[in-house]
Amino acid sequence: MPVATDTKKIVIHVAQIVIDELKLEDITPETFDPDIDLIDEVGIDSMDLATVALVIQDKYGIKIDEDDYPKLTTVRFIAEYIERKLKLI
Amino acid sequence: MKTISSLLDDQWYQRYKKISKLNIRSSIYDVTNRCNLRCKGCFFFSSGEDKAAVEEMEVKKWEKFIGREKERGVNLAILIGGEPTLCFDRVEAFYKQLPTFCATNGLIKIPRDRFPDMMIGISLWGDEEDEKLLRGKDTFAISSKNYEGDPYTYYLYTINSKQIGKTERIIKNIRDVGLKVHMQLLSNDEGVDGFFWKPGELKDLRSEMDDMLDKYPDTLISSKYYHEIITTGKMLGRKFGWMECPSVSQPLDKRKPGPKRLIEFIRWASDLKTMHRCCTSETRNCSTCKDGAAHMSWVMVNKRAHIRTTKDLQNWIEIYEMFAKLYQFIPW
Repeated sequence: MPVATDTKKIVIHVAQIVIDELKLEDITPETFDPDIDLIDEVGIDSMDLATVALVIQDKYGIKIDEDDYPKLTTVRFIAEYIERKLKLI
Repeated sequence: MKTISSLLDDQWYQRYKKISKLNIRSSIYDVTNRCNLRCKGCFFFSSGEDKAAVEEMEVKKWEKFIGREKERGVNLAILIGGEPTLCFDRVEAFYKQLPTFCATNGLIKIPRDRFPDMMIGISLWGDEEDEKLLRGKDTFAISSKNYEGDPYTYYLYTINSKQIGKTERIIKNIRDVGLKVHMQLLSNDEGVDGFFWKPGELKDLRSEMDDMLDKYPDTLISSKYYHEIITTGKMLGRKFGWMECPSVSQPLDKRKPGPKRLIEFIRWASDLKTMHRCCTSETRNCSTCKDGAAHMSWVMVNKRAHIRTTKDLQNWIEIYEMFAKLYQFIPW
């Protein structure tokens, strides 16, 4: 599947990755609140985040530094992070 | 999708937020292969782990190794042995670079002028009778004098089958010397005669542990959910065992599918090169392993499985808080 390159599409794509990797139920990428705190509300832990980061790295061909994990607390923050990295490629 | 705040009231949600970003990354270190006791049932000596590696004797090499561990992301060094207090220079090397917990039998006093706030866990295997039988001496008589009133010390009380009905006296003794206690269970895979668990005993013990927590909440660092997990070996209908254990050294972990696990966890031997399979001995039967830290970690790494009901999530929070207190990430 070709990867999304504009913010809105990246947000949806990241939400899809989060839902798939974390096997979240009763939610779709379109209904996933991109500003919901993934740790404080969805309850993901560092291993979940590492799993999501690996998939994103693979799909977008970018490197996510582990030191940046604490900043990736919402789907929107992750999408913006991806966008910034893509501009640097 | 269930969210954390939809399951918790404000008080519990604030408790959750205090621990949700702690991101504890522990590893375990055999500080030495030597000990000043030879306890029957000690996994380290009975499984030959004391001979698994030649002890590194140069402190400089320990310091460099610990620096690499810090770079690897470890933020909690759990020192075991042998008996770590036989090598204070190595303990100090950890303490200077990393948040450090030191397990000890308490016979040698750790000097507080050198280690002012290092968390210490003193092993205790029962009452005077069992201590003498299993460890050759009543260690409590010595360790309680060494550590009386110490705010950064607690007892790690390993309960065996003979202790059922006797735990209250021990807990009161610990309370009376101004210390706290965390309970765990003797696995006895080492096969010490007379210390095997019989059917029904673990159920009785769970009830006793719950009663003790109700009676001595300021002395016990525990939770009823932990009592359930450790005595049944079950969590949310799943059975503890090799395919569930979170405390396997990561580079040696080839399990497929990989379970939820402690990230970057390694248990290092005292040569600083050899890795042990897991937090306890390789000879242990995982299906009957009762290691307290492994069971706590099992719950902790399975957070999202507990985002099911309010009670499940509260149970998870209580166990995470317990672990965080035992290793000084949050105050008592």
